[in-house]
This record gives sequence, C-alpha cells and structure tokens, in this order.
Amino acid sequence: MTTTLIPPPVPTRSPFGPVAAGQSAAAPALGLPVVGTEVPAVPALLVERATKRFVVDRRKPPVVAVEDVSLLLPRGAIHGILGANGSGKSTLIRLVCGLLTLDAGRVEVFGHDIARDEMAVKRLINRVSVDAAFFKKLSPLENLSFAARLYGLDARRGREEAIAILERLGISRKRVGRPIEQMSRGMQQKVAIARALLTSPTLLLLDEPTTGLDPRSKLEVQAFVEELRATHDTSIVLTTHDLAEAERLCGRISILNGGRVVAEATPDRLKQLVAERHGQPPTLEAVFMTYTGRSLDEDVDEEDAHDD
Amino acid sequence: MTVLAHELKASYAFVERNFFLTRRYWGWEVAFLVYSIAGALSISLIGAEVGDRTLIFSLIIGATFWNYLSVVFSWIAETIAVERWEGTLEYTMMAPVRRSTHLLGSTFYALVYGLVHTASVLVILTLFFGLDLARANLATAGMFMLLGSFSFVGIGMMAAILPLLYVERGAQMTFVLQSVLLLVSGVYYSTSVLPPWMQVLSRLSPATYVLDGVRKGLIDGAAVGSLWGDVWPLVVMGVALIPLGLWAFGRAERYAKRTGKLKRVG
Repeated sequence: MTTTLIPPPVPTRSPFGPVAAGQSAAAPALGLPVVGTEVPAVPALLVERATKRFVVDRRKPPVVAVEDVSLLLPRGAIHGILGANGSGKSTLIRLVCGLLTLDAGRVEVFGHDIARDEMAVKRLINRVSVDAAFFKKLSPLENLSFAARLYGLDARRGREEAIAILERLGISRKRVGRPIEQMSRGMQQKVAIARALLTSPTLLLLDEPTTGLDPRSKLEVQAFVEELRATHDTSIVLTTHDLAEAERLCGRISILNGGRVVAEATPDRLKQLVAERHGQPPTLEAVFMTYTGRSLDEDVDEEDAHDD
Repeated sequence: MTVLAHELKASYAFVERNFFLTRRYWGWEVAFLVYSIAGALSISLIGAEVGDRTLIFSLIIGATFWNYLSVVFSWIAETIAVERWEGTLEYTMMAPVRRSTHLLGSTFYALVYGLVHTASVLVILTLFFGLDLARANLATAGMFMLLGSFSFVGIGMMAAILPLLYVERGAQMTFVLQSVLLLVSGVYYSTSVLPPWMQVLSRLSPATYVLDGVRKGLIDGAAVGSLWGDVWPLVVMGVALIPLGLWAFGRAERYAKRTGKLKRVG
C-alpha cells in the first residue's frame, strides 16, 4: 500500500506553478508554508510528467520504468531520490542525461529542453554513477584529460585542474599516472567524482555515488559534496540507498516506488508526516518503508522466492 | 572558442585516448604485428612456390591491404565495443560533442594506426622477398589508400552500429562485412574469376578500386592520372558513404536511447 502525497500535476507549463526562491514549488501541494516572494526563477532541473516504458517482450505489455514523474530542483539545491532497487531512480537520471528518450513528458535543464536542445543540456550536466567506469588500463590523468578535451577545456588547464581536484579528494600526485585498475574501489569512485567536477557542471547527477565505499571514503565524498554546494554554483540530484546520507545532504527528498513519485518533502517534513499519519517512528527508515509500501520482512521473503 | 575549434579539440580527444590505449597495450601490439606478418607471409609464399615475382607482389599487396582493412575495421568497431566493455559508453555519449566529431576522431586514429601498421608489414615482406621497388610509384599507392580511406570511414561507421545494438557479439559481427569485402574485392585473385553476379558486387566495393590502383602503382609504376577509372568511383563512394554512415549511426543511436541499449555493459 503506497501513499501519494503529490496530487496529479495540472496541465500548465510547470506541474508546480511559479516557484518561490529556494523552495520547491511542490511545497503548497504538501501543505507546507510558502515563504518569500514568488520569483519566476529558471530552475536547475524541471522534470514534468516524465514517462519511460521498455518493451522487453513484444507479447507482453511494456514495463513501466518511470511514470508521470515530476520534479523541480531550484538552483543551488540538493534533491534526493530514494527508492528500492528497480524503482526507476537510475532510469530517471538517464532521462535527464539524454541517455534515454522520453516516451512522454519533458525535461529541462536551466530552461533548455533535453529533446530540442540536447547539446546545451550536455554542456551543463555531468553524472557520477555507482560503477566507476573508466578505461582501466589508463591512468586517472589520462582518463581525465580525455574528459577535459571532450568538454572543451584547454589541455594544460585541464591537466592542472584534474591534479588539483584529485589531490583535494585525497589522491596524491604520484598516483595520478598509474593505471586505474591498480586503485581500490573507493579511489576509483573518487576519480569518477573528479571527472564530473572537472567539467564544472552546473547540474550534477549523483547516482548512488557512495554505494560500496568504506565508511571513511563515504564521509569524504559526502563532505566534498557539501563543500561543492557551499563553494560552487552547483545544483545536485542525488540517488542513494543511504538514508543518513540523504538526510545529511538533501534539502528535499522524492521517494520513488514502481516508477512513480509517492512522496516528496524535506527530510524533516517526511519524518513528521510518517509519524503523524502512519504512527511510525520519525525516521527516514520508517519513511522509506512506509512509502515504498514494503517491510523488511517482505524484502526478505521476496529474495527467498527469487532464490527458490 | 569557435564551434569548429571545440569540435576539433574534442575529436583529438579520441585520437589521444586511443594512442594512450595503444601505448598501454604495447605487448598486444607487438603480438598483433607478428600475427599480421606471419599471415601475410603465409599467403605471399604461395607466389614464391609458383616462382612468379609479379604474383608474389600481387599477393603481398593483397595481404597487406587485407591487414589494413582488418585493423581499421577492428579499431572502429572497438570504438563502441571497448567503451561498452569498460562501461564508459554512456559517459562518452553524454559529452557535449557531435557524433560526427566522435566517430571522425576514432576513425582518423584507426586510419593512421592502420597505415603505420600496414606499412610495417609491407616493409618487412618486401625485405623478406628482396623485392625491387625502384619501378614502384609509391605516390600512387599512397593516394589510393587515402582515397579509399574515406569510403572505409563511412563503412566503418556503419560497422560500429553492430556493437552498439548487439551487445554481446556486435563487434564480431563486423567480421561479416570484412569477409564480404575480402570475397568480392579481388584481394588475392582477379575479380574476373568471380561469377557475374559477384562481379556486380565487386564493382560496389571501394576495396576493388583501391587494390587495383595500388597494384598498378606498385607493380607497373602507373601514375594516378592514368588511373581515372579507379579514382572517380572512390571519390563518389567517399562522398556518399561518410554522410550515409553518420546518418545510419545517428538512427541506431536514437534506437539505442529509446530501447535502453546504451546502458548494457559487457
């Protein structure tokens, strides 16, 4: 049983209407007070009624990966997306990146429509995914030089910036010339983050960036994301399974279940809602379990069934 | 920065990255060179057994050209296949570069690598058989390789579609294209021995004209100007096949984005 907190979007330019500065326009729908004067600011990211289906077998109906998802990210904010495996988080990120085409709806990055102005969107975004994908025989510097050239950076400047970012992330200058295959998983993930930062994205899509990292590496990455928000004009979408991470970093959180957004609010508001409406403890774990419509027991049962 | 400068820089990114990869896999490069030389020698020795130096020369040219085509096709196909294997394909597709820039950068490196590799094989075979190149017109041979390269870039782009759409065996499926070119283009024999319907196919293959021009240049010392009948088909094919390759790859990319095939790794 799931609970939808957001009513169906109205067919206006934005499903949320005008946006208050620094606040999601979904706030009124959630019963939250709207503060400040309404400013028609261009959001960093606008996802409007996005839908994506995949045909896996022509004899069967298509699998709905993302359905009618709307999301609005004001400039400079960090928006978390939580959901179980297969809930549509990564598909949504891929739709924003232009790696998948939309079946319905639209995506805008700083006012640029991904379908009509793909190249402009590509210049503004970058992504870090759960798997640190590189040419493993090449060094961090060689991989980053490739990225720098693709994004139009001067070779020497790109090299200097790559070294500076890698050092900031704890990868010493003497390691930057060795093949990436010799690095630990955590180090490789840091190089992936460095690659994304090197291109100075104004919208950064972090798709489970700390999954599989040890606690120290995870904290380092989280601290770096916070520093990025504080010192750079970067807006961030973060998908994660780490609820503490979401609570620490995200100003707002959307919860996806079965490809649909079933809840969206600030972390505190979500905790408050789950306590008031469902009698659950005011924790993000309780929020996750409530709005993904599952219990831990159900997950264990399902895994057992798969094993069988 | 102008758009052109940006695209050139981005195109060079693929050249540089592929050079880095060649450098890292130097052991494989040595092994591949040995393999190529052994393969070309084993074919050319058929001519030695017959005792016909013209046949030796003709087989050397066929073998080295076949080597060139194999190298170029494998590099272009691996442009996609290796990225899929390493998991970087989505990152490359996300980058703000035109697909033409991406593919031209990759194919340019493939052509340069192929020419260097093939020249090495040719030099070693020439020394092995003690052939006299005094009469050879190297400029003609070079011009035909260059002219043919435009067509091969276009065909290579179309070949790169296979690993884009067929995750597991797409790269291997490019061998089909190569083998058809081998069959109909007169690599080791004259196209006149082919059945009439295959001779029609041979006239549609750019490799036929390249081989004919290179052979006439190296064996007979013919100048480019006297080989117009081989030149114009290559010019026409080059002009047509590159845009066709870009168009076909663009269609395949859109299909891959619609069906989620870019995501697959392995």
